[in-house]
Amino acid sequence: MCQCCSEKKDIYLPQLATVVKADDMNVTEKYLQLTMDDGQFDYAPGQFVEVSVAGIGEAPITITSSPTQSGGFELVIRKIGNVTNAVHTLTPGDKLGIRGPLGDGQYPVEEAKGKNLVFICGGIGLVPQRSFINYVLDNRSDYGEVVILQGTKCYDQRLFTDEIAEWEKRDDVQMLETLDEPDDRWNGNVGVVTTLISKITTELKSAVALICGPPIMYKFVLMALEEHEVSHESIFLNLERKMKCGVGKCGHCQINDVYCCMDGPVFRYSDLATMPEAI
Amino acid sequence: MSVKKLTKDDFAKFVEALIAKENVIGVQAKGDRFDYAPLEAAADLRLDYDVTLQPPKKFFLPPRETLMTFEIGGAYTSEHDDETFVLLGVHPYDMIAINQMDELFQQDNYDTHYMKRRNNATIIACDVMTPSANVFASSMKTAVVKSGYDVLLTDIGDDYVAEAGTEKGEALLAGVAEADAAALESRQAVWAKNEKSLNKHELECDAHYLPKLLDRAYDHAVWEEIAKTCFSCGSCNQVCPTCYCFNVQDDVNWDLKTGQRDRAWDGCLLDGFTKVAGDHEFRNQRADRFRHRLYRKAKYVPAKIGGQIACVGCGRCVGACLPDIANPISVYNRLIDDLGIG
Repeated sequence: MCQCCSEKKDIYLPQLATVVKADDMNVTEKYLQLTMDDGQFDYAPGQFVEVSVAGIGEAPITITSSPTQSGGFELVIRKIGNVTNAVHTLTPGDKLGIRGPLGDGQYPVEEAKGKNLVFICGGIGLVPQRSFINYVLDNRSDYGEVVILQGTKCYDQRLFTDEIAEWEKRDDVQMLETLDEPDDRWNGNVGVVTTLISKITTELKSAVALICGPPIMYKFVLMALEEHEVSHESIFLNLERKMKCGVGKCGHCQINDVYCCMDGPVFRYSDLATMPEAI
Repeated sequence: MSVKKLTKDDFAKFVEALIAKENVIGVQAKGDRFDYAPLEAAADLRLDYDVTLQPPKKFFLPPRETLMTFEIGGAYTSEHDDETFVLLGVHPYDMIAINQMDELFQQDNYDTHYMKRRNNATIIACDVMTPSANVFASSMKTAVVKSGYDVLLTDIGDDYVAEAGTEKGEALLAGVAEADAAALESRQAVWAKNEKSLNKHELECDAHYLPKLLDRAYDHAVWEEIAKTCFSCGSCNQVCPTCYCFNVQDDVNWDLKTGQRDRAWDGCLLDGFTKVAGDHEFRNQRADRFRHRLYRKAKYVPAKIGGQIACVGCGRCVGACLPDIANPISVYNRLIDDLGIG
């Protein structure tokens, strides 16, 4: 009967993707490389997808690869709920449903050009940040100095260790890593990620800061950045919510008047001033 | 669009003819209350009803619906309801709620599941003849409706005035005589009366001021105070014509090879509404959830739909709430008393 609806696409319908590569990064994190079966997939750093396992459900996962890289896109998924547990059983060749890329709140790819960047990551927070980090490194001359701070709870939970080692070797990146609970295998910094902030050689005041980590981390990092007088307009945070539908309808991810799935998941700190529920 | 008049006898014949060729859902008695149900005879229609138990949103956003089917490891296939139906007897406040939902389901990302049902529906609205115990549509400026319906009926005694709102409505009324000046005058009198009398709970400010009031009320003690007796049962969400939050769930069939993805109503008052994997719940306090509902009605959703307040004054939540705390007017008036209308 209704023609207009048959011409419009179903916003809830996942498209099929094929698992190209699946690796266990540690006990809880799985790395997946995927390609869309219809070939179409253009995304920006900071965007997420709804990962769909038929019979189990959907979960929102931020893309960890950079659009500058070829060969599909990458996700790192922590085993923590029904969908993510199911994802951990996937092997190359398996099919997965994907909706997206979603989220208009992305990393400030254009705005940050020419500026110094400080990435502050807590644990699995490195995963979304990695998309923009690699984007910046692939367009290195467009950006100023690059600082990456990574704080992880323990040695076994460290992610992308080979890539971190590569970043450490580079002259044009200041890579600092710390562990909360180190063991004999670790000779580096000890403590939470904020303890690294005083070690930054780049001038912080004029830098763009990008933060992603567990909710508790944000308050301490923001306090530290406040001490260095980083403007709230230059701080970007990745927020997590129950982004069930991903398209601004279901209501679950609402933070005051804003839908995390539509206006986020990356937010400018100054925009959160009117959103008391944000942090 | 034309405005017609037909006698109540002729209207009964009109309804019988409609039933003969369409799937008609009309307001009928259910015990000593009223609700929408498939209409089998014109005599069962009760356009003198006060308020229906459930708002008409369920005909566009069913309590549970299948969005798609799937094969495990295979493709997903969209499922859409594609049946035409006539909804007969929608009150103005409920019509306005539907108009708001239409806008919300179309904006940003077009929801084909909702919109297919909406486009397949013919809505015959009717003005209120019997105010319900808790209606406050006059306060919310929703006692009279000017758009969205295909036909709007107004009971003026022996006759109905029937105004077409769309081409579909115009076709339905083809052959019916034009309304005379006296009939239009009587209709105007019904509207003038309803604009004042559907007001069992009176808002102490202009409804359009509410977003500004809430700008200053976020940390007010009222949220904590009132929510102390909230059961987090979600009844207020369930009966609200403008609540549309939903959850999505998968079901696997007995063959373990195929299944379906359904969406079902959810409610922001329910514990767990914002809970993510790992058990972190972003709005885990009752007071926060209670405040969120009233902010959605009078601040958050209005910002998305051009300032229209997303509480239409049907009063259903007032009657549905067991601890009797859901009445938006009591909360808004309390805030006006404490904060003024600055």
